[in-house]
Amino acid sequence: MTEQTHFVEIRHAQKSFGSLEVLKDISLNVERGQIVGIIGSSGSGKSTLLRAINDLDPLTGGEIWLDGVQVNKTLPHRQYEKHINEMRQHVGMVFQHFNLFPHMTARENVTMAPKLLKGLSQAEADKLAEEQLDKVGMLERIDYYPSQLSGGQKQRVAIARALAMKPKLMLFDEATSALDPELVEEVNMVMKKLAEEHMTMIIVTHEMDFAASVCDRVLFMDKGVVVEEGPPSVLFKNPTQDRTREFLRKHIEGAS
Amino acid sequence: MGLDFSIIPKYMDIILLGVGWTIGITVAAALLSFVCGIIFAVIALYAPWLVRQPFRLIEWVFMGTPLLLQLFLIYFGLVQIGIDLPAFVAGIIGLGLHFAVYNSELIQTAILAVDKGQMEAARTLGLSRTQALRKVVIPQAVRAVIPPIGNNMIALLKDSALVSVIGVSELTLSAQRVIGKTYRPFEFYILAAAFYYVINLCMEWVQRKIERRISISR
Repeated sequence: MTEQTHFVEIRHAQKSFGSLEVLKDISLNVERGQIVGIIGSSGSGKSTLLRAINDLDPLTGGEIWLDGVQVNKTLPHRQYEKHINEMRQHVGMVFQHFNLFPHMTARENVTMAPKLLKGLSQAEADKLAEEQLDKVGMLERIDYYPSQLSGGQKQRVAIARALAMKPKLMLFDEATSALDPELVEEVNMVMKKLAEEHMTMIIVTHEMDFAASVCDRVLFMDKGVVVEEGPPSVLFKNPTQDRTREFLRKHIEGAS
Repeated sequence: MGLDFSIIPKYMDIILLGVGWTIGITVAAALLSFVCGIIFAVIALYAPWLVRQPFRLIEWVFMGTPLLLQLFLIYFGLVQIGIDLPAFVAGIIGLGLHFAVYNSELIQTAILAVDKGQMEAARTLGLSRTQALRKVVIPQAVRAVIPPIGNNMIALLKDSALVSVIGVSELTLSAQRVIGKTYRPFEFYILAAAFYYVINLCMEWVQRKIERRISISR
């Protein structure tokens, strides 16, 4: 086993559902503070790869390393559960459908996990909720329930909820795909703000413009493999692979 | 002999005591059925096989046999193995467990209906599966089943009359005792029915209150 030298390191990731192979020997390194975008059509394996990083969809082969610790190491069941719960505290995740807890206010959504897992007092938790909700521009709605918020507002609260655990890495799984077009921008703004603060992020997205503007590096995936990767200026302007060109032609209207 | 409701006030204290017992037993059994309903549902869905099997037997006994028989079994039967319960305790346990099994069925369905993204979101924050169930999944499932559980609780109120057969002086038995003295069955059964109706209305009112409170948090 070689020394891990990158912040996030995915080595020969392989994943099958029965006879269907959705990830085929993918390797990927992400450095601290980098923002990596993953694009590709649905079924390309991009969400599966993202969800493998925090073991929501465990790999069937290969290794995932985060900050010097192997995420998917082999351990007896009980110890593995403990290890993975600990690892996940360092990895924030934002979902396409928000998955806010509907029976909790924005404040409670943000503070539930820190109170339960880090033993914060109510006063500390309230301060944390105010900080995090202010950061995403949702402080005025701190005591609203999710059912009283718009989609964009829900997603911003969901981002605050993930940030409240002070993660080292943030994963975004098509965070704006379920939003009405006019609500996309407010969520993108929050993600840009995180980018400016040098949060390490891996972003699965359908929005090429957004990927081009915030990502340091973009990966194009198709049929379980990374077809091409590079800085957005290169990948979007001068793709070398036919499959990438084909995909970009379909997804960027009026691209030259 | 015609109807004469003017006799009622003289025996009102006995009837009111019966109303008190009926309310007490119903509330205690309802709470027991609610808490045990949640516990049974979690066992049925998540416990290891060895725990689930004896539990299925208990479930079958409480669902598949008459409540009256269950009350006899708990009150008269358990004495033989050294468990001598006061009648009202036996009544509360019998009613409570009987309805817990029905509540458990509702809660199981509701737990399975909670969006799986909820469990995922909780797990990604670092919660264990047990913590996620306790904080995220079960509270939502319970909110979803408040209306049908309310219906079960009204059935529980009506079935609480059955504990009269093990000698608990609740409303029905109190009415019978007064009738024994006065030979006026119509007046006092009507009176008892009226009290059941009023308690029923109160329960529906409480249920509506709870439903309104949780409606925005769903």
